[in-house]
Formats: sequence, structure tokens, C-alpha cells
Amino acid sequence: MESVIKNAFPFVVISVGILLAFQGVLMIVAYTVLAERKVLGWIQGRIGPNRVGPWGVLQPFADLLKFIFKEDLIPDKSTKFVYFLAPFVALTCALLPIVVYPFGPAITTVDWSFLPYGLGDGVTVLPLTIARIDVGLLFVLGITSVGVYGIALAGWSSNNKYSLMGGLRSSAQLISYELAMGASIIGVVMLAGTLDLNGIIFAQIRSPFRWFIIPQFIGFVVFLIAAFAETNRIPFDLPEAETELVAGFHTEYSALKFALFFMAEYVNMFTVSVIGTTLFLGGWYVPGLSHIFEPGSIPYALVSHIAFIGKICGFLFLYIWVRGTLPRFRFDQLMNFGWKFLLPVALGNVILTIVIVYFLNR
Amino acid sequence: MVSTALFFLFAGFAIACAVSMVYHKNPIYSAISLVGVFIALSCIYLTLAAPFIAIVQILIYAGAIMVLVIFVIMLLNLDDEKPLNRLRFLYPLGGLFGIVLLAQTLFIYYAVMRAPSVPSDQSVTTGNTLGIGRAMYTEYLLPVEIVGFMLLMAVIGAVMLVRGLRIEPEVTVVSMGTGNLGDTAKVESDTVRSETGSDNDAHLVEN
Repeated sequence: MESVIKNAFPFVVISVGILLAFQGVLMIVAYTVLAERKVLGWIQGRIGPNRVGPWGVLQPFADLLKFIFKEDLIPDKSTKFVYFLAPFVALTCALLPIVVYPFGPAITTVDWSFLPYGLGDGVTVLPLTIARIDVGLLFVLGITSVGVYGIALAGWSSNNKYSLMGGLRSSAQLISYELAMGASIIGVVMLAGTLDLNGIIFAQIRSPFRWFIIPQFIGFVVFLIAAFAETNRIPFDLPEAETELVAGFHTEYSALKFALFFMAEYVNMFTVSVIGTTLFLGGWYVPGLSHIFEPGSIPYALVSHIAFIGKICGFLFLYIWVRGTLPRFRFDQLMNFGWKFLLPVALGNVILTIVIVYFLNR
Repeated sequence: MVSTALFFLFAGFAIACAVSMVYHKNPIYSAISLVGVFIALSCIYLTLAAPFIAIVQILIYAGAIMVLVIFVIMLLNLDDEKPLNRLRFLYPLGGLFGIVLLAQTLFIYYAVMRAPSVPSDQSVTTGNTLGIGRAMYTEYLLPVEIVGFMLLMAVIGAVMLVRGLRIEPEVTVVSMGTGNLGDTAKVESDTVRSETGSDNDAHLVEN
């Protein structure tokens, strides 16, 4: 019995971690939707949702219930299997990167020997990351790039010309801007010397600038613009431009399947914000916090974690702000901007960083 | 034990996806099956402690190349009912290649069985990003350079092919008759045309 518990304990801990992380991210995502409606309301001189609960706090749950109980319409001539597969691909690929998010610094000062059956023996570190893998950054980029299948296949399988155009636009846009995004990240990877997300944060703490946004400002700007395009947000939301394409790739989707696409879009926003925070804004690192709390203690981890979430919320607010401010691009402008301006600038930044890193390491 | 079970799981998934890719009449289903093969292969790489190769497999093949393939299939809107009778003669050739591939597999199996089994060194960081980068830029620098050069040639070739579509046939004929001078003039006029968006006005002015 004791050995069974001892063997099962790591899996239980990991499962609890996964549950907490996914639940937390999904809650933040749900409230991003509410925040978007509220902030857009303020920008446009309206009030926004204020009926469900005080200040509209329960609005996300009301929306979710509505999505669940709506009628699920399936187009008659659609390719059924792919039509069902697409929203699941989109949401799965959006959610998978959560396992490598660096939620905070590892807790190292707690003595775990109070646990029964000797479960805490030899345990000294409680990392606030579910899986710390060597290629965490590439993992996030790879999985999110697979997410485009959800959109492309949704557009194709709906058997609707607007959906097809939306799916095609989305594939073209994602391929184009993925290049610029990857090139903008290379500068940070060269400065940090690692692809591990926690390793990049530690590299920033060791560097004299503390945040890589200072030496990599061009990279940050390119990353930010490419991030808006990658997540299909205004001003780059051509795949669902309602004046031209009704609703783009999800025109034929209703009820819970539409909700899955909707959630995938907001989880992707969150993912891009996490990457931006981790690469350019120091992740969970708060300058000077190690003078107040001992590094590795619970309060230190807690404050760092709150700082991490706060930086992400700043990114999400920027998304909403831009949505309320900027009009939409035309598609040829989008392509020209991506290939003829953003990619050369990102590559120039890479070359500049190579030269600087070479002379610094001499 | 667990790793063997995982290997059989992912290998079975890969083979099932490969078979479904070959046998599906609808090209979109074939493309999705191929993505399944790539994902299963990358899972096998992960169980072999090669995370970099695994992620790059997904990033390059599933994330970039197959997206382009699906993009093209969606644009062409192929008729999935029509059987491809035109390529019937390739069937025996395919069978021959299959037999060759099987023979190779058996030979590799035979060679691996005969080789002395050396326990793998756990401290080696071959699968890590750092190890791969170091090996690529020291020991295998020449192959990396050659591959990079070939890719550069492919990119330039692709650009030339796309630009070549803009040359109107009659202009080419005229310039071929006038020899060297005409060739220079042709190149110049092509540059002008591509800048002005190859509209008919440039063509008229030149004639």
C-alpha cells in the first residue's frame, strides 16, 4: 500500500498542477472576454455588460451556458469528419503550450518532511512549471503553428465560399507572420543562449539590462506586430473580416463548436502574451524583490507569480486597446507589410545582434 | 517497459496514418493523415530522448510544409470522385520500390542484430539543443554549409521561376533575334515591367 502511494504521488502532484494551471488560464481567458467588452465599451463611450451579477462579473458564465444550450447546426454538404475535427484541433493546439509556461520561480525553502509515508523525503524543489523541457520556446512555436490546421480545415470543410476564403487567408497570413515572429525571437535566444523559457528568464536576471526589451527593442516591436497577426486580431483579423466574409472561417459553426474556436483565439492571445512577457519583460522577475523576500521562499514565489500575471494582463489590455483604436488592413497591405517590411527588419535585427554578441564575447 | 509500450503505440499510430494516407481518395484526408504520421514520429523521437528533433519535426513538417500542401489542395479544389487512371503504369514501379524498401529494412534489422550491443552513455547530451548546435558548427560544418547553399539556390530558383512568368512570349522572341544587346534590353524592360506591375502600358511603350 505504502509503495503504491509512493509511486503514484508524483503523478498526483503533476495532475493537480495541470488541473490548476489549465483552470487558471481558462479563468483568465474567460475574464479577458469580459474585460474586452468592458474596455471596448469605455473606449466607445458605452457601459458594456452590466446585467449579469454586479458590474457584469458573471457574464462569461452566462455566455458559456448560452453556447452550451444553443442549437448545433451542421451544414448539409459539409465534410462531417473534418468539420467536427477542426474546432478540437484549434483548441487543443491552443491549450497544449500551457505545460511549459514559467508561472513563477521554484519554491526551494519549504521542508516537505511533514508529509505522511515519507513522501517528502529528498524533495527540495517545487517548480512552478509543469514540464521544464530543453526546447520550451520551440515547443510553444511548433504547437501553435499546428493550430492553423483547425482554422484552415474549418474553412475547407464548411463547404461555404466565405469560410474557404477565411481559411485560405488565415493559412497565408500565419505562414507569412510566423517567419517574422521566429526571426524576432532569435535575437533573444542568442542573448540568452538557451531555448528553455525559465533559462531565458534567468539569463535576463544575470544580464545588466534586467529585461531584454532594452537590448532587443526592434525585436520586441516586430514580435508585437507579428503577435497580433498570429492571433488573428484587429488590425490583422482578415480571416474573419465581417464586412467582406460574414464571419470568415467560422461562418458555419454554431453553439459549442463556435465557442471552442472563440476560446482558442483568446487562449492564443494569452500564449503570445506569455511568450512576450518571458522573452522581453523578464517573465516573473521583479527587480529588487530578492532584497525583501528570500529567493525560493513562498512569498517570493507568490509575488513573482502575481507580477507574471500582471505583465500578461498588460499585454492583453494592449490587445483590447488596439482593437478599439485601429481599423483593419487590406489583405495585400497585410502581405506586403509582412514580407517587405517586417521580415527584413527582423532579419536585420538578427544580424545586428550577431555582431554585438560576437564582440561582447570576444 | 513503459517506453516499449509507448513505442508500439506511436509506431502503430504512424503506420495506421501512413496506410490511410496512401489509400484515401480525398487529398485533404491524405494530407491530414500525413500530419498524423509526423506527429507520431515526433512522439517516437521524444521517447528516444531527442526533444530538439521532435519539436523541429512538428515545427517544419507539420507546421510549415503541410500547411502549404493543404493550402494548395484547398485552392485547387480537386475532384475527389475521379479515379486516377492516368497513372496506372506507376503501380508496378511502386511495388518494386516497396520490395526494395522492405529489403533495406530487413538488412538494417540484420545488421543491428549482429552488431555488439553497447549500453548507451546517459551523460551524452546528443539530443540537446546545445549538443546539436555545437556538432553542427564544428564537426559537421561543411555539410551544413552545403545544405545551406543548396537551399539558397532553391530559393533563388523559385524567385526566378515566379519572375519568369511575367516575360511575355513575343518580347522574348524579338530580343532573341537581336543578340547580346537585345538581351540586355530585355532584362531592363523586365525590371521596368515588374516595377510597374507588368501592365499593358509598359508593353506598348516598348514596342
